[in-house]
Amino acid sequence: MKKADPSTAAGAPGFARGSTSAVLVRGYKPRASGEPKARPLTLVVNGRNLRIPAGDRRKDLLTFLREDLDLTGAKRGCGIGVCGACTVLADNKPVRACRTLVADVLGRSLTTIEGLAAPDGGLHPLQQAFVDCGAIQCGFCTPGMVLTAHAFLLKHPAPGRNEARRAISANLCRCTGYQQIIDAIMAAAPHYKIKE
Amino acid sequence: MERGRCGPRQVLMDKLNEKAWRNDAAAKVTGRARFTDDIKLPGLLHAVPVYSSFVHARLLAVETEAAAKSRSVVCVITARDVPGSNRCGQIRKDIHVLADDKIRYHGDVAAVVVAGTRAQAIAAGRRIRVRAEPLPEIIDPEAALAPGAALVHEEYGTNLIHRHVIRKGDAARGFAESALVVDQEFCTPFVEHAYLEPEAALCLVRADGVVEVRGSMQHPYSTRRFVAEFLGLPLARVEIVGTPMGGGFGGKDDTAALVCARTALAALLTGRPVKMTYEREWSMRESYKRHPYRMRYRMGVGADGLIRAVQCRIVADGGAYCSTSPWVTWRSTVQCCGPYVVPHVDGEVLSVYTNHVFTGAMRGFGSPQVNFAVEQLVEMAAAAAGLSGVEFRRRNMVRQGSTTVTGQVLEGHAVSMSEVFERVLAESGYEDKLRRSSRGQGENDYYGVGLAMSYRGVSLGAEGTDVCAAVVSVQFDGSVLLEAGIHENGQGAESAMILLLAEELGVDRSRIVYRRPSTSAVPDSGTTVASRATIMGGGAVSRAAAAVRLQMAGAVAADLGCRPEEVRFAGGRLTAPGGRDVGFTEAAQRLYRDQKYPYALGVFPAPRVDWDESCGQGRAYFTWVYGCQAVELSVSRSTGRIRLLKAWAAHDVGRAVNRAMLLGQFYGGMAMGAGYGLFEEVAMTGGRLRSLNYDTYRIPRSTDMPEMTAIVLENRDPLSPSGAKSIGEPANELMAPAIANAYFHATGRRRCQLPIGGEK
Repeated sequence: MKKADPSTAAGAPGFARGSTSAVLVRGYKPRASGEPKARPLTLVVNGRNLRIPAGDRRKDLLTFLREDLDLTGAKRGCGIGVCGACTVLADNKPVRACRTLVADVLGRSLTTIEGLAAPDGGLHPLQQAFVDCGAIQCGFCTPGMVLTAHAFLLKHPAPGRNEARRAISANLCRCTGYQQIIDAIMAAAPHYKIKE
Repeated sequence: MERGRCGPRQVLMDKLNEKAWRNDAAAKVTGRARFTDDIKLPGLLHAVPVYSSFVHARLLAVETEAAAKSRSVVCVITARDVPGSNRCGQIRKDIHVLADDKIRYHGDVAAVVVAGTRAQAIAAGRRIRVRAEPLPEIIDPEAALAPGAALVHEEYGTNLIHRHVIRKGDAARGFAESALVVDQEFCTPFVEHAYLEPEAALCLVRADGVVEVRGSMQHPYSTRRFVAEFLGLPLARVEIVGTPMGGGFGGKDDTAALVCARTALAALLTGRPVKMTYEREWSMRESYKRHPYRMRYRMGVGADGLIRAVQCRIVADGGAYCSTSPWVTWRSTVQCCGPYVVPHVDGEVLSVYTNHVFTGAMRGFGSPQVNFAVEQLVEMAAAAAGLSGVEFRRRNMVRQGSTTVTGQVLEGHAVSMSEVFERVLAESGYEDKLRRSSRGQGENDYYGVGLAMSYRGVSLGAEGTDVCAAVVSVQFDGSVLLEAGIHENGQGAESAMILLLAEELGVDRSRIVYRRPSTSAVPDSGTTVASRATIMGGGAVSRAAAAVRLQMAGAVAADLGCRPEEVRFAGGRLTAPGGRDVGFTEAAQRLYRDQKYPYALGVFPAPRVDWDESCGQGRAYFTWVYGCQAVELSVSRSTGRIRLLKAWAAHDVGRAVNRAMLLGQFYGGMAMGAGYGLFEEVAMTGGRLRSLNYDTYRIPRSTDMPEMTAIVLENRDPLSPSGAKSIGEPANELMAPAIANAYFHATGRRRCQLPIGGEK
């Protein structure tokens, strides 16, 4: 896989026009010319439309996000789709990026943890709840946990505590015992009811 | 004395008033925090380890030619390329960083492949052939001790790593005086730390010739020693730079340092930055585990229900390398009888080499095993004596001024064993629930409640040198830089240090920046293990802050019309007893203008301890913490599945520095302890691990855990400059025996082997 080159900064090709997200653009490097040229298809990542060269479609989504887009919020914890640290959302449904090919999500809209906060950097209410409830320790499971909880709350804006507990049962955390994560989901839920 | 009550409801209420805070929370919740594998550098190379298929074998050759010619491979490193010493170890230098003479376990690294991409490095690694002559595999620790057994390390002439003894009083007399004796064997398995982030290292050789190491490790100073010795460099030429780390739990000490050492060698040989990120399978195969223990216990009890004597023989499987086995088993020795007064003790704790994966530090460090035994043993003894477990504990537990089994008088701090115990009984409604426990009777699913309690020596004790440093530097504009020789493992250590300093200097925490820690900046402060970060790091911060306060007060005392030591620091101001005051920033500037710095290195040496290894007696730890946990569970009559219904924990932490993070230690420790009790076990065939990922090694999920109630007791410790003690390990060492006792109360069956069950 290609290494990200910090010099290919904002405005790098590969993004549809109008891209302004520094986080997104930094590190993205399209295939060099000479690679097989299939008609690129698109993928929306955090609201930005990306054209995906054919060579990248065979990659697993996690490697593509981490290495090609430098979106390193999604973590590689197990590589077999069990721990949930690589969870991202495709059309607001959680997917395990480590077990998903880029080709499988073409045409869909991806949200990674980098895309959850407001453009000005302000935390999403769910992120704020994680901070306020002490739900973060080492932080390695946090991005996947937040996105899993986000997808859950979008569908269930008024959950019971047990529902919240079940919602994150496929995301492993070794630090927190989950209790404060559940606190955070419950604390954020009212926001979803009102706003989303 | 402030006491807090923090059930889940209380926590939610607290949230409205007091929000949790940690300095790295925003970075972690947005994905901005860069863990080691998230860092990218120009010209970066990728390294991967190569294992052999052997468990125990004489190494003949590592054939690397084919791999070296593979696509994008820059070099293949074997033991022959090591410029310094290939032998590492904190206690005994028996780890061969790259296999040279033998393969001693399935996780020994034979070579490291360095290539342009990780995928190509992995592909090339498959082309390496390790030729070796198999040797008899030493799997059973007892058999390993038999005369004539094959040796894991021939040079030591024995497979015995260490033997601790504890001799107090006259055990024979104690048993003769006993009205009853219970005798039981207990066994515990290999357990994996299962930190979510696998090991990773990123190394480069800077232009100034310093080897800079970032990595996922919790012992920067031992990593520096390992790297320097491996490369043949002085300590000053190696710098470990703190990097966010995805969990450690004791597991990122030795193995993590080895990963860093190999990566550093790759950087040195190639002249380029090199990253080595472990797959989960490599991490579980190579990294050390919690020791499996086989424990034979006898306890004699008098007609009055008082424990007269304990005899125990404990054998720990140390695996292929010594690692911290002598220290782990030392804590087991000191705490072998639990928090009870026992006049006569005769015990021995052995650690033994085998060809299993090696074992070392894991949260608890020798206590989870003995607690599992002792906390069941006391209930068995109580039943035999016709007493309830509650009454038996009340009669035998340590109290203020009690003498421990190592002859240490518990004084100079609040001995709150009874306090935590009674609080758990009251909060959980324990005795009522115990009466309702099914004891194997009835038609429905079994139901039971159980508890366990412990005391725990704080920090390293007589294990070794225990000292910590911190640097406080007030800037000209009144902002403050802080660095301490402790490591952020995820527990919130940096935040705790910031909060303590803010309080000591009487300024808002927003003024304080925790400097990225570096081994080149703060003197060797030891490892961030043993639940020592808050007490030791906090001690050093308090000392540094006291020195800075004196400097600043000295600059303004004359103007304020008082003596420097009378100046009070609060609300961002320095105030004299008469009320005259000056701003914190202004005081700092006054000092700078006087050509002085508001700057101090604070050092906290742990108070003295002493130990006589020949009889296992002495003042083992300078202070102790006390804890009790209870759990309520049901057991399915048809499937045997255990479901935890509720859990309670009370711990005396000295003082709560950062309450939300403190509760996180409670809950996380209880969850890890529940996994130990219910289902965690590294499956092995011979010396080969079958549990290599989360599909074959199960850790607790959210749905495995019940709602937990945390009861925080705060008896400030006079020997801790900040008043705070520890929580990380105490919270983790009680849930397994509590579950075992609850299981007994539910089903009437004693489980003396971990894990206890539940669905697999």
